[in-house]
Amino acid sequence: MSGNDKTNGHGVALRVHACAKTFADGTRALEPVTLDVARGETVVLLGPSGCGKTTLLRIIAGLETPDAGGRILFNEADVTRVPIERRNVGMVFQSYALFPNMNVSDNIGYGLKIRGVSEAERKARIAELVALTGIAGLEHRRVDQLSGGQRQRVALARAVAARPSVLLLDEPLTALDAALRERLRGELNRLLRTLGITAIYVTHDQAEAMALGDRIVVMRRGAIAQVGTPRDIYFAPANRFVAEFVGAANILEAECNAGVLLLPGGRLALANDAAAAALNGHANGRIFAMIRPESIRIIAPDGAALTGEVDSVSFVGDRQRAAIGGVAGKPIMVDVPNSTPIKAGDRVGLSVDPGDIRVLAGDTA
Amino acid sequence: MKTTRDCLIFLGQLAFTLLVAAFLIVPAVLSMLAGITSNYFLGVKSGLTLQWVLQVWELYHDTIFRSFLIAFSTLAVTLAVGIPAAYALHLRNDRVSRAVEEIITLPLAIPGLAIALALLLTYGGFSDFRRSWLFILVGHAIFTLPFMVRSVMAVFAAIDVKTLDEGAASLGASPWRRFCDVIVPNARPGILAGSLMVVTLSLGEFNLTWMLHTPLTKTLPVGLADSYASMRLEVASAYTLVFFIMIIPLLTAMQVFAGYRGAASGPKR
Repeated sequence: MSGNDKTNGHGVALRVHACAKTFADGTRALEPVTLDVARGETVVLLGPSGCGKTTLLRIIAGLETPDAGGRILFNEADVTRVPIERRNVGMVFQSYALFPNMNVSDNIGYGLKIRGVSEAERKARIAELVALTGIAGLEHRRVDQLSGGQRQRVALARAVAARPSVLLLDEPLTALDAALRERLRGELNRLLRTLGITAIYVTHDQAEAMALGDRIVVMRRGAIAQVGTPRDIYFAPANRFVAEFVGAANILEAECNAGVLLLPGGRLALANDAAAAALNGHANGRIFAMIRPESIRIIAPDGAALTGEVDSVSFVGDRQRAAIGGVAGKPIMVDVPNSTPIKAGDRVGLSVDPGDIRVLAGDTA
Repeated sequence: MKTTRDCLIFLGQLAFTLLVAAFLIVPAVLSMLAGITSNYFLGVKSGLTLQWVLQVWELYHDTIFRSFLIAFSTLAVTLAVGIPAAYALHLRNDRVSRAVEEIITLPLAIPGLAIALALLLTYGGFSDFRRSWLFILVGHAIFTLPFMVRSVMAVFAAIDVKTLDEGAASLGASPWRRFCDVIVPNARPGILAGSLMVVTLSLGEFNLTWMLHTPLTKTLPVGLADSYASMRLEVASAYTLVFFIMIIPLLTAMQVFAGYRGAASGPKR
C-alpha cells in the first residue's frame, strides 16, 4: 500500500489569501483569513460552532465564493472562480452524502467514471481503496445497509479515489459514537500519512485536532485565533480563548509583583521569560496566568508556598480531577494520580514548576 | 376478561368500518349495475346486457383515447418542467423561491373555471391552438404541476439533496450529470407519487376541461357529463362502468409499480 506511486504523493500547496465571507443576509461568517498549507500537510480547522471553520472549508472547496479580494490558490494557480467540479478536490461530508441509488463500489468509482477512466482501471482503483480502507466484501452492498463506521470509510474512499489535489473533511467523525470515533481517528491518521495528501480537516473536537493535525488553526468568531503545531497550541496558547478551548486550563487572574503571582492561597513564582512577558505588556498589574491541571502537584500543606482546600474530587479512571478552593478567585483543577488518597475537605499544598505557568494576553476573555 | 373486551372492541370497529365502506361502495356498485341492466326502471329482473356498454364504446371511445393522450402528455410536461423546477426551488430556498412555490400552487385554490376563462380570454384568438387538444393540455399542466413539484420537493427535503448534490459536484460532476445521476434517481419515490397524482387528476379533471373543450376535443369526464345530460340512464351508467374499467387497472398498475420501485431502490427512511 505505501510506496505505491499511484496512491502516494498527490496534493498541492494551498494558499488562502484574505478570504472573507459575508452572507446575503449580511451575516459576517468569516473575517479576512490568510493561510498557507504545504503540500502533503494536514491542517485542522478547530473551533466552536459558528466560528467560521466550515465556511472556510467550503470556500476552499469551491462551494462558497469569498467576498471580493479573497483568493484561493492551488500550487500558485488562482482557482477562486473555478467551480467545485473543476477544482479536483475530494470532500468528506459530516453526513457522508453517499448516493443511496448506488452501491458501495459505484459510490467509490463515481469520480473516476465522471473523469472517463476505463472500467478496468476503475475496478483496480476501487479494489485498492476498498483494501486500504478496510471495507473489502462490502462492494455490492447498498449504502443504507452499512453501519456508520462503514459509511465513513466509503465516503473517505470515494473522496480520494480520483486522486484529488486537496482532501477536505468536514467533521467526518462527529456522527459516530465515542469508541468508534477514537478507532477511526487512528485509522484516518494512518491513511492521511499513507496517502501523503494535502488535507484540511474541520472539527470542534480538540482531541481529534491534536491527534490528526500537523498544524492546528484555532478559529473564533470568524477569525484565526492561533496557528501552530498541536504542541504549540497546547503548551503555548496565544490567548485565553485558545487556552480554554484546547484542553483543560486554569486561568488565574492575579496581581504580579516582581515575577511573583500574588494569590489568595499564597505566592507563585513565574519563570524568567513568563515574568518578562507579564512585565512587558502589563507592568506590575493584574495578569492572566494559565496552568494545565496536569502540571500541578499535590504536596504536604506545611511549608508550601501555595495552599488550599479540596472542594471536590471526581474519579475519571486513569486519574482523579480535584477542584481546590481557596487558592485563587475560583477553584482550580488539579489532576491527581488515581492511587493518591484525596477527599473533599483535605488541606493541601500545591506545587507548580515555574516553566509550566504561561502568562496570557487576557484581552480576549 | 381483557380478551373478551378486546374482541368486542374489534368487532365494533369492524362493523363500523364495513358500514362506512358500504355507504361509499354501494352507490358505485349500483351505478355500474345500472350500466348492464336492460331497463333500469324495471330493475335487474329485466335482464343483464352489454348493449349499453357497446353503445358507449361506439359513441365515446374517442374521448377515452383522448383522455389518456392528454393525461400522459400532461405527465410528460409536468415531469419535464416540475422536476427541474423542484430542484431549483429546493436549492435556492430563499424568499424568491418560496414566492414562486406559492404562485405555482395557486391554481389549486383558484376554481378551474376561472383558470379556463383566463386561458380562453388570452389564447382564444389563436383559433388553431384553441381548437386542438393541446389547449386542454395547457390547462391540465397548469392544474397538476403543483402536485408534481410539491411531491418531488418533499423527497428532496427528506434526503438532504443539497448535500448529495455537493457530494457529486466535489467528485467532478457537472450540474447536468448531477441532475441525471444523483438527483433524479434519488427523487424517484416523489416522482412516482407525483406522476400517479398527475395522471389521476388529469384523467378525472372536469371543471377546466369542460370550459376548454370543443365538440371535437371532448375528454372522458366531459363525455360522461354529456351522456348524463342527454342519454338514457343506462348509457350514462355504462359509461361510468367503462371509466372504472379503464382507470382502476391503470391506477393499480402505477401504484404497484411505484411501491415496487420505491422499495427496491428508493432511499430507506
